[in-house]
Amino acid sequence: MSGPLLELRGATKRFGGITALNEVSLTVPRGGIVGVIGPNGAGKTTLFNLITGAYDLTSGEILFEGRSVAGLRPHRIARLGLARTFQNIRLFPSMTVREHLLVGQRGGGLRLADLLPSGGAARVGRAELAMRRFGLEAHRDRLAATLPYGLQRKVEMARAWTAAPKLLLLDEPVAGMNHDEAQDLAVLLRALRGEGLSILLIEHDMPFVMGLCDHLHVLDFGVPIAEGAPEAVRANPVVLDAYLGAPA
Amino acid sequence: MSAYTAGLLAEIGIGGIAALGVYVILATGQLSLGNAAFMAIGAYAAGWLTVTHDVGLTAAVLAGALLSGIVGVLVGFPALRLRGIYLAMATLGFGEMTRSFFLFFEPLGGAAGFSGMRQLQVSTIWIWLGIVLGVLVLLARSRLWLTLRAVNDDEVAANLIGLHATALKVGAFGMGAAISGISGALFAHWHLFIEPGNFGFERSTELVMAVILGGSTVAAGPVLGAGLLVLLPETLRFVADWRLAAFGALLILVLLVRRQGLLDRNLLRALTFRRRGAEARPEAAEVS
Repeated sequence: MSGPLLELRGATKRFGGITALNEVSLTVPRGGIVGVIGPNGAGKTTLFNLITGAYDLTSGEILFEGRSVAGLRPHRIARLGLARTFQNIRLFPSMTVREHLLVGQRGGGLRLADLLPSGGAARVGRAELAMRRFGLEAHRDRLAATLPYGLQRKVEMARAWTAAPKLLLLDEPVAGMNHDEAQDLAVLLRALRGEGLSILLIEHDMPFVMGLCDHLHVLDFGVPIAEGAPEAVRANPVVLDAYLGAPA
Repeated sequence: MSAYTAGLLAEIGIGGIAALGVYVILATGQLSLGNAAFMAIGAYAAGWLTVTHDVGLTAAVLAGALLSGIVGVLVGFPALRLRGIYLAMATLGFGEMTRSFFLFFEPLGGAAGFSGMRQLQVSTIWIWLGIVLGVLVLLARSRLWLTLRAVNDDEVAANLIGLHATALKVGAFGMGAAISGISGALFAHWHLFIEPGNFGFERSTELVMAVILGGSTVAAGPVLGAGLLVLLPETLRFVADWRLAAFGALLILVLLVRRQGLLDRNLLRALTFRRRGAEARPEAAEVS
């Protein structure tokens, strides 16, 4: 297949008289890592909510693999191969780490295997693999919501990964992580990209974004003000003025 | 076995099954205050089949459960637009609606009640209880059950990992209704006489109480709760006229001290020695 995995054309969202997102166009190529940066309130999370179907577009288009996802319900969009994490982590309070990795796997309706313990051998295997990759083996039977913040983020990412998505949306993945943890995560995300996963991420941590992304978009008050390769964006005076304030 | 003991055992079995119906619905975070209505549907349907069509008991129970489950799904759909106390009120309304339907539906006896069933054995009730409990215990280890818990925990996140939360909630509603329907069918063939008053609001609240008291996170909880609901008022007879008040006080005490109900996963694990030390030894359990 050719063409970008995800394409936004003039995506606009208004809440009453307030324009949260104005004419945003971006593409995520297959195997690409694209970052969206901008100050608080720039509309980054609104962007994710539009892509995942939590909000309806006011105008514009969102295409996933060339197909419009406008008006599709969130679970339908998720089943197309799109998984996300949340800025304020949303784990299932009653579940252990292992249970998160079992429930998160793509079902696409009820299957017979869903009636087996843990959803069958294939699912158990994938959950085990996720625990190894994201370094969660030691915490498997802990309630995920009782883990330290950085680990909770990893559980959320692992849960998203178990769904075997084509596109992973990460909302501030390294918030609450220290420098070493963030570096480890960057290594892991690059490895996942090497396996064909595409990633769209929102982040405040500039060194992390600059080191990881192929392409950056900058939003300010819902308006796209710049885009390009990380080095070009960093040097862009408009961006410096609006966001970075000083050289990053 | 004395008739008194048999009567208590039958009540526990019937109440236990019906409470499991509430438990399944509650697993998705929906509180049903109308499950007595599903009992009524199961009771009247199964009774009508055995009395006027000479259908065997097992087939009649299954038919009653099926009909009840279908009605449950139909009720579940509009009720799903509602949440929390609003859903509870809607199910309460449905319960009263069903009760008055049978009150005025003359072909099934109306206010005069319906009779002519042949009595079943207490053991039959307990076999059904065993089957329903067994299925739910097995189901609790399945991924399907995890998806129900996910909807209960965080519906938005459940949708975003690709779960069809609405379908799961309606499905759970239908399944809970069917289970309560089984209980109603057995009730009809134990008491031999049924009337709409058997399936009123009080019965519905009793079922919810059994689940809350016994524990709403494991299938054994509602059965324990149903047992206590039958036995405690009996054993509290020494306080004579105050026994219902004493029972109420006990219920409040349990809720204050142990909000998750008497039984929960940890306690059950400790009692059965299953997966002991699973936290320390990850290779335990069903992973291998």
